[in-house]
Amino acid sequence: MPAIGLGATALHAAIPHSHGTAEAQSSHDAHGRGETSGHDGHASFRGGEVDHRANGFDPHAILRDFDYGKTSKLPDGRTLREWTLAAAELEVELAPGVKFAAWAYNGRIPGPTLRAKEGERLRITFANGGRHPHTIHFHGIHPAAMDGVPGLGDGEVAPGEQTVYEFDALPAGLHLYHCHVRPLAEHIAKGLYGTFIIDPKKPRERADELVMVMNGFDTNFDRANELYAANTIGFAYSDKPIRVERNELVRLYLVNVLEYDLINSFHLHGNFFEYFPTGTSKRPSELTDTVMLCQGQRGILEMRFPHSGRFMFHAHQSEFTELGWMGFFEVVD
Amino acid sequence: MEARGSTAEMGDSGLTRRLPGWLLGLLPLLLIAVAIGAFAALGGPGIGERRGPLAEELAVERTKLVPGTIELTVRNDGPDPVTVAQVLVNDAYTAFEGAEQPIGRLGSDRLRIRQPWIEGEAYEVALLTSTGATITHEIPIAVQTPAADLSFFGLMALLGIYVGVIPIALGMLWLPWIRRIPPAWLRVVMALTVGLLAFLAIDATLEGLALAGEGPQAFGGAALVFVGAAVAFLVLTAVSSWLAERRRRREDAGASGASLAMLIAVGIGLHNLGEGLAIGTAYTTGALALGAFLVVGFALHNTTEGLAIVAPIARTRPSLGRLAALGLIAGAPAVLGAWIGASAFNTSIAAFLFGAGAGAIVQVIVQLAPSLRGEGDGGLQPRVVGGLLAGMALMFATGLLVSV
Repeated sequence: MPAIGLGATALHAAIPHSHGTAEAQSSHDAHGRGETSGHDGHASFRGGEVDHRANGFDPHAILRDFDYGKTSKLPDGRTLREWTLAAAELEVELAPGVKFAAWAYNGRIPGPTLRAKEGERLRITFANGGRHPHTIHFHGIHPAAMDGVPGLGDGEVAPGEQTVYEFDALPAGLHLYHCHVRPLAEHIAKGLYGTFIIDPKKPRERADELVMVMNGFDTNFDRANELYAANTIGFAYSDKPIRVERNELVRLYLVNVLEYDLINSFHLHGNFFEYFPTGTSKRPSELTDTVMLCQGQRGILEMRFPHSGRFMFHAHQSEFTELGWMGFFEVVD
Repeated sequence: MEARGSTAEMGDSGLTRRLPGWLLGLLPLLLIAVAIGAFAALGGPGIGERRGPLAEELAVERTKLVPGTIELTVRNDGPDPVTVAQVLVNDAYTAFEGAEQPIGRLGSDRLRIRQPWIEGEAYEVALLTSTGATITHEIPIAVQTPAADLSFFGLMALLGIYVGVIPIALGMLWLPWIRRIPPAWLRVVMALTVGLLAFLAIDATLEGLALAGEGPQAFGGAALVFVGAAVAFLVLTAVSSWLAERRRRREDAGASGASLAMLIAVGIGLHNLGEGLAIGTAYTTGALALGAFLVVGFALHNTTEGLAIVAPIARTRPSLGRLAALGLIAGAPAVLGAWIGASAFNTSIAAFLFGAGAGAIVQVIVQLAPSLRGEGDGGLQPRVVGGLLAGMALMFATGLLVSV
């Protein structure tokens, strides 16, 4: 047991580090290209990048940011993993010059990527710092009272109140969490969601791991999205591509939380990937370059890039693509 | 009575008598300024920063399409400044220039949007503001906006002459015929004229209201149509009473018909200015299908306007020059309108002009109305009413031939 925890920690420590320099380089690259990125034939926003610092989060940081929480040992020898999540209002610059009054867990959209190991005991303290009641509803196997829906357990958590969700990390796979308060679409679309990964007891192969939460924003409240993205900021990964290494295994945790549209999709250029729906099986369902997901659906994608260079990825709804949901992998040697 | 009188005297004998008259006139305004200043100093509600969410409104005043670019001239007709942060064309973010700064109230800016548009297709441009609101603008049929060069203005002039000057000149050729008809039947012709004009007044009003609805509302929107109508009506009333005064002094009875003809020409001229505007705008936006049908339609439609001008002068002998002047006053504004419509179209101005056309026509109708009455009882004879209805029917029918 401790060995597994250590392994995960090592992975956690290794990957951001190995990537820190790559990110700096690519950011340098983007500056070198100046504002021309929007005029090289792809759709883009005017005005370059949004103010990630003011937003309080950067989609490039979110990609490889896994929150393992705080662990301790229970009397029976099991690991207890604890997190504290707080919901609050957050003004987010979604596109240069476009501000949106969002709701967020821990000041970021998507909320922290909670990562645990199969069979651990999980304890999530949820504090509602917003002005509306909220909950956290986890996808997974748990008692009804821990479901984070109104009328069960503590139900809705009133502003200023808090609650504790406690359950076992089951089943292994890729899951999500989100607010489950009425009006549901609004509570989700405003940003109250995040990724919840339960690593299998036998760890997956070591890889460069990425998280993408496919989302969108209805900024004019017509129940249709004006902006689409992976990890909130449209075109963030085309303005500044995601660096990955040639022939290295890339594992993408892909979650769709998109509200108002029936489906979303992920399409990769110049390569194929193995797809593990919900990440519950270690056998891929198919080798493909396009997957389609409805809201709440998610899956793990594994790929290696045999060629260096830039490879695009985007929703294969062209409309979503040109409304922000596109990016590039920059494959380097 | 006594008490009231003495009170007034007492009031007047006080402070106010010593103050100059102009100061007394300004006093209420000064007090308003002082009151507002006091409110502001005390932080009274409603002064200073507006509370609540921004109300962002932009109206597109002009759309210009050149290859690869859609140019929109927008005006802020809302209460708050508007920042256009991003632009979408048919649900895709698009590169654009212009509106780098917030557009203030009543301010305007030009957006040059890079879009490889295709002729004949429809586009929806959405302006995404800093608050995430969208302001959408439809381009129903994408057609390249003609360059405003000499040949283009020549074409517009030709169009104006086609639909304005020539038909009216032709219509005025009815003059010899109406000279021959007996007075009772002349009244019917006059009734026909009034019917024609009434239809034009309604048409101009509706057209103006439709335009006003599309444009920015900050300058008054639909109210502009009625303001335009009132201005034209009152100005023409003043002009006609001035003419009547002059006539009385000269004791020139024959001029009555002549000045009436002039008023009709001015009224129809204002109407044709609006018609030219509509044609010019429709041409530049691609909404006008130029063709024989349109020109023939307008010719028929406007020929009847020529009849309206000459009806009141059936019993006089105006010079050819005077007739030509009347025809030009009524018809030539179509050329001017086409130029304005094609080059500097502005819905607010257009709405005002349509209103002015309607007001002028109403004034003319008021002038003509007495001549419709019979000598004895003063009521409308059935055939005069028939003439009125026939005039409206004629305009309606010929109007069906042209839709701009």
